[in-house]
Amino acid sequence: MADDKERGGTEIAVAEYHKKIKEAFEVFDHEANNTVDVREIGTIIRSLGCCPSEGELHDLIAEVEEEEPTGYIRFEKFLPVMTEVLLERRYRPSPEDTLLRAFEVLDPSKRGFLTKEELIKYMTEEGEPFSQEEMEEMLSAAIDPESNSIYYKDYIAMMVVDDS
Amino acid sequence: MAMPSLFSEYWRLEDVLQKHKVLKAALVIQNWYRSYCARWKARQRYALTIFQSIEYADEQGQLQLSNFFSFMLENYTHIHEKDPELVARLFGSTLQDCKDRQEYVSFIDVPDSYNGPRLQFPLTFTDIDLLVEAFKQQQILHAHYVLEVLFETKRVLKQMPNFTHVKTSPSKELTICGDLHGKLDDLFLIFYKNGLPSGSNSYIFNGDFVDRGKHSIEILMILFVSFLVYPNDLHLNRGNHEDFMMNLRYGFTKEILHKYKMHGKKILQILEDVYTWLPIGTIIDNEILVIHGGISESTDLNLLHRIERNKMKSVLMPPIPLVEDHDTDLKTNKVGATLIPRELKTNGSLSEQLTKHEWEQVIDILWSDPRDKRGCYPNTSRGGGCYFGPDITSKVLNKYQLKMLIRSHECKPEGYEICHDGKVVTVFSASNYYEEGSNRGAYIKLCCDMTPRFFQYQVTRTTCSRPLYQRVNVIESSAIRILKERMISRKTDLIHAFQLQDCSKSGKLSMGQWAFSMENILGLNLPWRSLSSHLVTTDNNGNINYMSSFQDIHIQKPVKEAQSTLIETLYRYRTDLQIIFNVIDSDHSGLISMEEFRAMWKLFNSHYSIHIDDFQIDELAERMDLNKDGSIDFNEFLKAFYVVHKLDKLNKSDGNPP
Repeated sequence: MADDKERGGTEIAVAEYHKKIKEAFEVFDHEANNTVDVREIGTIIRSLGCCPSEGELHDLIAEVEEEEPTGYIRFEKFLPVMTEVLLERRYRPSPEDTLLRAFEVLDPSKRGFLTKEELIKYMTEEGEPFSQEEMEEMLSAAIDPESNSIYYKDYIAMMVVDDS
Repeated sequence: MAMPSLFSEYWRLEDVLQKHKVLKAALVIQNWYRSYCARWKARQRYALTIFQSIEYADEQGQLQLSNFFSFMLENYTHIHEKDPELVARLFGSTLQDCKDRQEYVSFIDVPDSYNGPRLQFPLTFTDIDLLVEAFKQQQILHAHYVLEVLFETKRVLKQMPNFTHVKTSPSKELTICGDLHGKLDDLFLIFYKNGLPSGSNSYIFNGDFVDRGKHSIEILMILFVSFLVYPNDLHLNRGNHEDFMMNLRYGFTKEILHKYKMHGKKILQILEDVYTWLPIGTIIDNEILVIHGGISESTDLNLLHRIERNKMKSVLMPPIPLVEDHDTDLKTNKVGATLIPRELKTNGSLSEQLTKHEWEQVIDILWSDPRDKRGCYPNTSRGGGCYFGPDITSKVLNKYQLKMLIRSHECKPEGYEICHDGKVVTVFSASNYYEEGSNRGAYIKLCCDMTPRFFQYQVTRTTCSRPLYQRVNVIESSAIRILKERMISRKTDLIHAFQLQDCSKSGKLSMGQWAFSMENILGLNLPWRSLSSHLVTTDNNGNINYMSSFQDIHIQKPVKEAQSTLIETLYRYRTDLQIIFNVIDSDHSGLISMEEFRAMWKLFNSHYSIHIDDFQIDELAERMDLNKDGSIDFNEFLKAFYVVHKLDKLNKSDGNPP
């Protein structure tokens, strides 16, 4: 976003980061009591522009959880950790061509597409597998219904535009 | 042989390398996708926050009208003298006597040409089927039948106590539904999944049947007819929208006057009465309390069992204390309305009203919301009722030996929510309440063993679900749109606030400065930084061009010469004005005299501290008096103010109150 100032640790930048983090946190804080359900932390962190893997997310959660996990994350613990993450520019999203090359690895014969079955196989069996819900959700947007395949170049282009 | 084994070792290494590449590739894609999804989910949540904030802010505006009515009473001496009926109307007496039902209903003929459903009294289950089928085909029930049903419902409801006591049994399932808000499709879906009401299929409908959706009257008719057929198995609780003043703002009144052009007014009159006879709540097996909103620390169930519930006309009509002397002690009730004791010559006086304490007890039941914070606090976002914490729940439930509270009143993304350690359950049955895709609806089934089972659903126009980004796009554009309309109705104040901070007159502010003004002026606690990209443009340094919000949107001027501030003010208060006009126009003619209009406007002007010259209003009103007969059709007057979104592709203009 436009106000992604990267001036390291200047006061103003930190203050703005604090406000941004607070806004994102509050929207998920249903009770308005400065806590969110731990299951929503991933969404909050990602909505702030970061792309941690599931493993990295687990580590982050461990950092912000209480000594005895309560299922809730308090804002006081979340804020400093998240501010560091933003200041250090951790978990930056991969650039577009990295994503493209990743699809090309899965499509070695360079057809330009993956079949639905192939996509399902890779996404649910490799890396950090998708849940059924995640898989269905991705299919609903990615699959071209006529050919039952995903034309990944177009898909990437679409995702990038939507995201802005 | 050595060669083959060498080969296979070589292949295994390549295999491993390839597998590693695939793993990494999959990780990149999954990572990206999960972040992409999360950002959409966050956007969805932001949109819902917008809807909810504005909804509650509106409710607060509604309740603050109470202040104005009190103020009006004190200052509008002309009305006081000339029109005691208005005073009576505002402050609690019953309206002109309802004519004898036989007399009135029989005067309304149902012509042979009428193709809609014909009900037969006494009603039976075939009439329920008939109505459901007819409404599925978009038919409208004739006013004759609507009135008969309303009269009959009132007659039966009058015999019921304030709280209906229900017992579960092994042979009977009990289903509890929350707010429906005129969403007929949701009611049909519930009946489809769960069956029609019957002797072995009991239902409790926990209030807010009407307003906002487009089929409130149809829902009401189905519920009332079902109630009349199965009075011991179909239970209705009053919600905060079963209130004729709320209907004026939130759309039900409009729906009726539109569908029933000839007899709408009569229907509205009878409806006001029927509402007041709806029970306050239901108690299941002496263990579960089912009410629409919530409780407060002072909730007194014994008192609530005893009060004359039909005296609770509207949340906007708090009781006026009648005193003998001229002591001008100012009192404030829970909604912040100033009660000015004066001698009022209303017919019936004291016996027409609830006491202040009784009235507040009912408001608490209909308007309160549970929160995690302990204690009991005024419900500042709605402006009425309170926020109650888990300690309050325990205290009140224990006091009356109850185990659980089931309530509605708040839209929840999953259609239901459990809080306060499982003691409070919220159930909300209008799916897609704010916008298509905004939330699921739910209902609860209870059996003898008391463990509630939850069923969720969502009405959808298409048979296959749309991808996340499409669903969120719909919700988001809708939310941003109403937010922008809010902004334009405060344009002058906003610009003033921006300019105060913009010392160098550059037309730019920092993000922090902009967000501060937005929150301050609009009074909405929203994530402004995250929303800013939808509302303003920013320059390369990340500074906000604050005037850019107003470029693609303006309020349509009904009269060319009218000044912008006047237009803006009228647009901003249009809903309040509509309610006030409707109240003044007690015979529902849709017209008020120029004199009434001027006098009312002067009052409004001074109470809300609006700085518009009287003569500007006069001029405007005169231009609006199209047929020059000295009366103003105020609906036309207010409809003339709407917002034009210049970038609307469909060239559709919006802005009428929901």
